[in-house]
Amino acid sequence: MVGEYADVVLVDGATMVFNAAKPNRVDALVDVDLRVAPGDFVSLIGPSGCGKSTLLRLIAHLLEPTAGTLSVNGKSPDRARREGDYGMVFQQPGLFEWRSVRKNVELPLEIDGWARARRAERAVEMLELVHLDEFADHMPWELSGGMQQRVAIARALAVQPALLLMDEPFGALDEMTREHMQAELLRICAAEGTTVVFVTHSIPEAVYLSTRVVVMSARPGRITDEIAVGLGGDRNEDTREDDEFFKRITEVREALRADRDGADVRRVSGVEDR
Amino acid sequence: MTNRVASTLGVLWPPVLFGVLFLGAWEFIVWFWGIEQFLLPAPSAIWSALAEEIGAVWEATYVTGANALVGLLLGVALGVAMSFVMMRFRIFNDLATPLAVALNAIPIIVIVPVLNNMFSISTEVPRRLMVMLIVFFIVLVNVSKGLRQVQPLHVELMRSYAASPWTVMVKTRIPNAVPFLFTAVKIAAPAAVVTAFVAEYFGGRQNGIGYGITSSAATSNNDVTWAYVAGACALGVTFFTISVGLEKTTVRQAGPRRPGGATT
Ligand SMILES: Nc1ncnc2c1ncn2[C@@H]1O[C@H](COP(=O)(O)OP(=O)(O)OP(=O)(O)O)[C@@H](O)[C@H]1O
Ligand SMILES: [Mg+2]
Repeated sequence: MVGEYADVVLVDGATMVFNAAKPNRVDALVDVDLRVAPGDFVSLIGPSGCGKSTLLRLIAHLLEPTAGTLSVNGKSPDRARREGDYGMVFQQPGLFEWRSVRKNVELPLEIDGWARARRAERAVEMLELVHLDEFADHMPWELSGGMQQRVAIARALAVQPALLLMDEPFGALDEMTREHMQAELLRICAAEGTTVVFVTHSIPEAVYLSTRVVVMSARPGRITDEIAVGLGGDRNEDTREDDEFFKRITEVREALRADRDGADVRRVSGVEDR
Repeated sequence: MTNRVASTLGVLWPPVLFGVLFLGAWEFIVWFWGIEQFLLPAPSAIWSALAEEIGAVWEATYVTGANALVGLLLGVALGVAMSFVMMRFRIFNDLATPLAVALNAIPIIVIVPVLNNMFSISTEVPRRLMVMLIVFFIVLVNVSKGLRQVQPLHVELMRSYAASPWTVMVKTRIPNAVPFLFTAVKIAAPAAVVTAFVAEYFGGRQNGIGYGITSSAATSNNDVTWAYVAGACALGVTFFTISVGLEKTTVRQAGPRRPGGATT
């Protein structure tokens, strides 16, 4: 449709309705527009059930929108998926329980037809990155939830995708591991020029990582605000104690609150603004 | 290794102790109340009958065991093959699942005389076919469930990799169905033994355990009847142990996971 081919992700008026004709109809997304430029790190933040995962699934072409259009790297999402343009980390680890940790990380490489030796080498590299190389030959059920999620991250990073779609990837991690993973993710993105669409419930995480934070509201799910953050390429531990950092956090928090209060006002007056 | 032996012994001693106490009590009761041989023979009497007739009991056990084993293997092979066909063609599934469930509800063993008429009565073919049919449906229902009920997240993941249907089959559906197959075999193995000797009650060749039991019971040779029963028990336990052992090896690979949805 629209021809801005410079965009990695272009969402134009996307609407997603589940169970349209039934009593349990859900308007998961209504008229969502989103543009993600190369090298962008865009965080989606908003209350539970506002359609963040649904939006990621649309971009990944795991769902077809009810209305509106999307494009990924200037192609249809279907073609982008077929050509392996993105890597995805789901909200749950989704490891294959009959494969060892190592074999789980190797799975996308196997499907891409990598040679055995190269595969093994990359898997170890990725497991070192998430500090799980000692667990390479363990089975998934022997790992904690947070460790499983790190395996899922290693699996997504293994193919070095130019576009990463991540759904609350660090949600199950402790604070220290989380900060380590954030730093590693930023390092990889800087080195590879990776573009990221990232779902999170943590305002500080969104602010620390992102170039832009997109604020969403629930029922129906839509984008209500967008905050440019851009703390710069040289973020480190000190950044977390910066005034600038706290200022952005306040800004995002107020955007989320304004949205919630707005919803309250609408409910009280019984008026829908759309 | 010694650890495994120790733990196996640890698991085994309660049932062994129970068995010994049970046989002892049995022996004592028969002796104490002077129960007649034709009502209930003492374990010692059964033991000596077994020792005396060991050749005949062994031969009968072998015949019935071979019927059960051949039927089991054929049923598993056919059940697995049919599961793949049903996976490929949805229409078969919509037709066959209710059919399989309905067939499970009726005692299809009663068709043995029909099979006896269809095939030569002087061979083991009808009995083996009967066993095969019983096993076939148990395997079919379970394995096709295993091929279909993969985690939705695994399907999405494979889709995000743009994996071909063949790759999804080999890397997701088949590994997912393996525990379901072993659950099916665990249910089907004892069922195969039961079917193999119940089928002998419906006529045909007179060489298996089922026939041994009916003919010795008819002549009130109770010690010998019980010797055949002991053979039948040994056969059932052997089949069950082997199938449980097979299942254990896969559990060790795949770990504790949701049960394979047992359906008989
Ligand atoms: N396959 C589906 N069928 C029906 N309804 C669905 C489906 N997937 C999502 N929904 C509904 O769409 C809405 C948005 O779901 P979604 O998973 O996108 O929320 P989310 O923002 O990711 O929430 P969370 O932060 O809790 O993960 C929810 O109301 C959910 O019930
Ligand atoms: Mg979600």
